[in-house]
Amino acid sequence: MTVAVEFRNVDIVFGKDRARALEMIDRGASRDEVLARTGAVLGCAGASLTVQEGDISVLMGLSGSGKSTLLRAVNRLNVVSRGSVMVHDGDRMVDVVTCDDATLRSLRQKQVAMVFQQFGLLPWRTVEENIGFGLELAGVPDAERRERVANQLRLVGLDQWSKKYAHELSGGMQQRVGLARAFATEAPILLMDEPFSALDPLIRTKLQDELLQLQAKLKKTIIFVSHDLEEALKIGTTITIMEGGRIVQTGTPEDIVLQPANDYVRDFIANVNPLSVLTAWNVMRMKHELAHDGDGWVWLDRRATTRFRLDAQDLVIAAERSGRPADWVSCSDVERLPENGSQVFWATPGTSLKTVMLAMQRSQTAPVALFDEQSRFVGSIGIQDVLSAVLRR
Amino acid sequence: MDPVSALIASFKIPVGQWGRSFFTFLTTNFEWFFDAIADGVTWVLQSLIDLLLWLPPVVVVLLIAALAWWLQRSWKLAVAVAIGLAFIINQGLWKDTVETLVLVVGATAASMAIGVPIGIWAAHNERGYRILQPVLDLMQTMPTFVYLIPVLILFGLGIAPGLIVTVIFASPAPIRLTYLGITSVPKPMLEAGEAFGATKRQLLWKVELPAAMPTIMAGLTQCIMLSLSMVVIAALIGANGLGKPVVRALNSVNIPLGLEAGLAIVIIAIILDRMSRVRTGASR
Repeated sequence: MTVAVEFRNVDIVFGKDRARALEMIDRGASRDEVLARTGAVLGCAGASLTVQEGDISVLMGLSGSGKSTLLRAVNRLNVVSRGSVMVHDGDRMVDVVTCDDATLRSLRQKQVAMVFQQFGLLPWRTVEENIGFGLELAGVPDAERRERVANQLRLVGLDQWSKKYAHELSGGMQQRVGLARAFATEAPILLMDEPFSALDPLIRTKLQDELLQLQAKLKKTIIFVSHDLEEALKIGTTITIMEGGRIVQTGTPEDIVLQPANDYVRDFIANVNPLSVLTAWNVMRMKHELAHDGDGWVWLDRRATTRFRLDAQDLVIAAERSGRPADWVSCSDVERLPENGSQVFWATPGTSLKTVMLAMQRSQTAPVALFDEQSRFVGSIGIQDVLSAVLRR
Repeated sequence: MDPVSALIASFKIPVGQWGRSFFTFLTTNFEWFFDAIADGVTWVLQSLIDLLLWLPPVVVVLLIAALAWWLQRSWKLAVAVAIGLAFIINQGLWKDTVETLVLVVGATAASMAIGVPIGIWAAHNERGYRILQPVLDLMQTMPTFVYLIPVLILFGLGIAPGLIVTVIFASPAPIRLTYLGITSVPKPMLEAGEAFGATKRQLLWKVELPAAMPTIMAGLTQCIMLSLSMVVIAALIGANGLGKPVVRALNSVNIPLGLEAGLAIVIIAIILDRMSRVRTGASR
């Protein structure tokens, strides 16, 4: 894995008395204290974060938490007061904070593209002229530019609209133009500043799905700012939560939901449906945590209703439920199978918690076994495990 | 008089004397410079006037009507322009009208050529604008007759001083409106330009100027109207045109002549205003 963007102790302060503000930041002063004493606005303090190539790294927080401020440091739309922001450029890392204007310009033209909340389209230009804007600035020859623009138009499904003016389009379509403009530069790093916040919920969901589809094909590195945790959990491979200009927690979506670092994060996730994030892996008990019953038998649940007999390679050779022999069936068939008290479902660790719960419901609350790719038994999920994960207790 | 006021009045600061010394200095040392400007301006404007007067008036009317159609894509306007100009020919004011048109168009072109770059510069230079602002206020509020005198001394009589006085009076409009247009370009547009790696020059030509264009065009329209309002005053320092019959009418209390010339000025004003408006609609 290569690092695409790395923030190292980034402080961003707006206003005149920066030196004194930085001093206060070093002593751990809050934004309000800094503002009251120096009149300077703390944008972000001590932010360190590494974004790997191909990741979608989401910066999350309430408005004013410094998430956009940090994002905009990557292409120096915001000037960093202290610290460095390293951006991958070909075979080297460039410090955006100290690099000269020519380097910065080439970085902006070829390495880092941006999508804006209010779209940032130019209303006197047609859709295709807007998409070609970045290429025009970079001096890409006309013929090549037209071809790349045509490709992008097809990619975002706007071929029919290429000659329209940006303001004649709906919000959703305008943001597609914004996306296409960013993709057209073929920059490997994409900055997205609340790109879908200005859209209505249906269009937002649709564009999120489209972004994920495009990302599966294009494999960009995306830094995405959002104030919507559902959105963050849906599209993020890592999530960074910010509060008052400081990073509170960085982790995978499951980390954030299962191990919130403090009350601020806990408040954030309070209204999130854990079923949309958690997988069997997050809630299972490992094989060694389960009760063993001799002769290769393992109890799958604490209530001791169901047990599997394993051979030396951990393959299941027999199953028993409430004292009677039972079948073990894959979870992927759960939708089709009738409800049946004599079967026990198994799932792979990547299966969503929702499917696991459905399997439990269909098998009259039997535990669900977990197999790895070689069909070896690795652990199980009892009803107790599911409840505690859902209730977060 | 009370003693304090008497004390204040006892020594008059010779502002007027200083002004005169300054202009005497300019005329004695830089006469060649001001003469050259006056000759150049006169030559350009007079050639244009000669050309337009050499053409048959009907041809000129049709050309202007065609231009009106080309600018606004409106048959109605083209016909109205032709009728208005025909009325002027009918009133026997064609020569004066041509002279006025050339003066107004020339003054507007000069004002825009000076005003737009200054406006752009001021928009990028906050301190510069703060210095510029009182100068613009002075140019617009100082009674025109006051600077007629030095302009007359420096440039003599004729069409050149008329143009210069008009430019002094009219150019603050394009400066202010260009400044306004460029400083009010929405931030997201500027950031889009910066984020995709625009140079300062690209940002100006591809983002700021197109975004400010409607406001700059409003400046153009204003500039034309301000120039036209100077026609009578320009006539006082020897510029030919529709101002001449107005001044003559005033001096001889000649109501018919004043009415005819005044109507002609109004017609020219309406024609120029309608022609220079920014067309609204999908295709900007």
